[in-house]
Amino acid sequence: MNQRDLIQLALFLGALLAVTPLLGKWMAGVLSGEKTLPLLKWVEGLIYRVSGIDPQREMSWQRYLGAVLAFNVLGILLVLVAEMTQAWLPFNPQHLPNLPFPLALGTAVSFVTNTNWQAYSGEQTMSYGTQMWALCVQNFLSAATGIAVAVALIRGLTRRSSQTLGNFWADVTRSTLYILLPLSAIFAVVLAGQGVVQTLAPYADVTTVEGAQQTLPLGPAASQIAIKQLGTNGGGFFGQNSAHPFENPTPLTNFLEIFAIFAIPAGLTYTFGLMSGNRRQGWALFGAMLVLFVAGFAIAWPAELAHNPATGLTASMEGKEARFGVMNSVLFATVTTDTSCGAVNAMHDSFSPIAGMVAMVNMMLGEVVFGGVGSGLYGILIFAILTVFIAGLMVGRTPEYLGKKIEAREITWSVVTVLVPAVAILGATAVACVTKAGVSSVANPGPHGFSEILYAFTSMVANNGSAFAGLNANTDFYNYLSALVIAVGRFAGIIPVLAIAGSLGAKKIAPPSAGTFPTDSPTFAVLLIGVILIVGALTFFPALSLGPVVEHLLAQAGRTF
Amino acid sequence: MKTILQALRLLVALTLLTGVAYPLAVTAFARVAFPWQSTGSLVGRDGKPIGSALLAQKFDGPTYFWTRPSAADFATVPSGASNLGPTSDALRKAVAERKAKFGENAPVDLLTSSASGLDPHISPAAAQRQTARVAAARNLPVEKVAALVAQVTEPPQYGIFGEPRVNILSLNLKLDGIK
Repeated sequence: MNQRDLIQLALFLGALLAVTPLLGKWMAGVLSGEKTLPLLKWVEGLIYRVSGIDPQREMSWQRYLGAVLAFNVLGILLVLVAEMTQAWLPFNPQHLPNLPFPLALGTAVSFVTNTNWQAYSGEQTMSYGTQMWALCVQNFLSAATGIAVAVALIRGLTRRSSQTLGNFWADVTRSTLYILLPLSAIFAVVLAGQGVVQTLAPYADVTTVEGAQQTLPLGPAASQIAIKQLGTNGGGFFGQNSAHPFENPTPLTNFLEIFAIFAIPAGLTYTFGLMSGNRRQGWALFGAMLVLFVAGFAIAWPAELAHNPATGLTASMEGKEARFGVMNSVLFATVTTDTSCGAVNAMHDSFSPIAGMVAMVNMMLGEVVFGGVGSGLYGILIFAILTVFIAGLMVGRTPEYLGKKIEAREITWSVVTVLVPAVAILGATAVACVTKAGVSSVANPGPHGFSEILYAFTSMVANNGSAFAGLNANTDFYNYLSALVIAVGRFAGIIPVLAIAGSLGAKKIAPPSAGTFPTDSPTFAVLLIGVILIVGALTFFPALSLGPVVEHLLAQAGRTF
Repeated sequence: MKTILQALRLLVALTLLTGVAYPLAVTAFARVAFPWQSTGSLVGRDGKPIGSALLAQKFDGPTYFWTRPSAADFATVPSGASNLGPTSDALRKAVAERKAKFGENAPVDLLTSSASGLDPHISPAAAQRQTARVAAARNLPVEKVAALVAQVTEPPQYGIFGEPRVNILSLNLKLDGIK
């Protein structure tokens, strides 16, 4: 903990506060169809023409959901086909073979749902072509899908007596063209300038100073890593993700990669404020997120610097890179698990039990601490609805949010979004713990082995994608189960959110009365934090106590396994 | 049915844009603007490439500074980390072995394996730790080797970001350059 660490943290928070309103305002303009960019506007028109889409045509919530599902299911099929035919397709200079079905399926579901759980190393498995037209594409489209669903929910909350939520095709296309693509292009060029590789040339073979043969893996990485960070995707071009020097070569790229994860989710809170007509509504959500982020980091950082009697290491650099050091590794880990990103610049498996637990808890809270692109905003809006409901119960009034009455239908669906992921995480973990196929993939014995399994399913269901990477996930058991629980995690969010959006959109907006609980105040933010923490803690504390909590106590006593 | 056709056509259009046009455009731009950085930051000697400035290579000869331990023994396709946990007996033993090799109070980056398995850097303290050994093996004055270490040490980027560090490949190439 030195002065330079604190300066970097201050710069990070300062940049976040400065960019949130700028980006938020731009996104509000884009999503309402007012802001466009030259040239890309022409491309937008062209895309609608060749796709036979009328962007003005409004959709009911059912039609909107149908479009999301069609777009995602077809997306999975296209990725699957690309992966399983890559040996015959161009841009495969290493002559990598077609992927086997279980790995191809797990990967396809994972990328289309913005999870980017990876049971493979890119440099060993994926051709340049597959990286580009299968994986890079879904880095964009899964993030755009998240933004679209979030803006549909905002429309449901802010429109009066409306049967429609906008047009999904237009929301996805505009998010891609005017938000994700320009930011990625700029970021990709900066990354390439710092040393992230971006080439179609085959891997380079060299003879090292001491005379050994070394193969340097290359590829079109910078373009993919830019959107991997900005879209909170997290799927590494190389197996070691943002720890790999070709993916994150300098401390500057590291700072920018961390910042890029938070930028759009933070900006969307401001977008929400603008679209709801009261910017303080957005800042209340931002404030709750910021407190949860800072709290997690403040617990994990000292834990990672502390002495570990079990291994004899202080400020352990096991699984960390020298150019980043401890602080930048913990900051990356906190940010990537607060959001549904899942990129890593250090190996979470080797973190201290407490820092590893913070990463898990961040995901267990439902990825609402800034959260995934779009999914973070719709996730915390569901918690906001639950908060006004609980506050309403306490004072005995019908709860309202932005003037919309919150009734049984909304609460039922909201509870689904909270309960289904919890059941999926704990259920899948339990199944893995009592089956040979589940346990045989574990790398570390003792309570840490349980943590590896719990982390894996938490990460999948929360659509994060980071891992306690010792776990061997490239088995039929983990590939098939991951495809299932990842999809459950994603659509247990999207389906209820659109149903709630449809239900709320049809309602009138009641003017605030003396009994209305204001949702743009610090008081509301504090209550919101309380609800998020209580739901997460009550659900997961027993499981956590079997993993990281007991491991921490044993490590302090010097026990190893 | 109409929805499915629209979804399919939109997917194809956006694939061409974000999966073909975008990466190829960035590749073309990077090739012109950053021809060295974007193709692996290759370092050559006598006209032949001998490695990347960004990727560690194995050094274990007595006349060279040694890199941080690599769990995958400097393999590159793929590289890897140990993923050993905080109560791992294997990690405790590995740390004890490295302490025997580098000294009881050696800098922590020498006692631990990196995340990428290809960490090209060590801390300045870790380089200083090896200065006397390398100087003795090369019959060079310790001050001369120490001065070289100081010369190669990079400060935090722009004085703010990341950690001070020593790139092992450039340090060892400079060592070989001393006549």
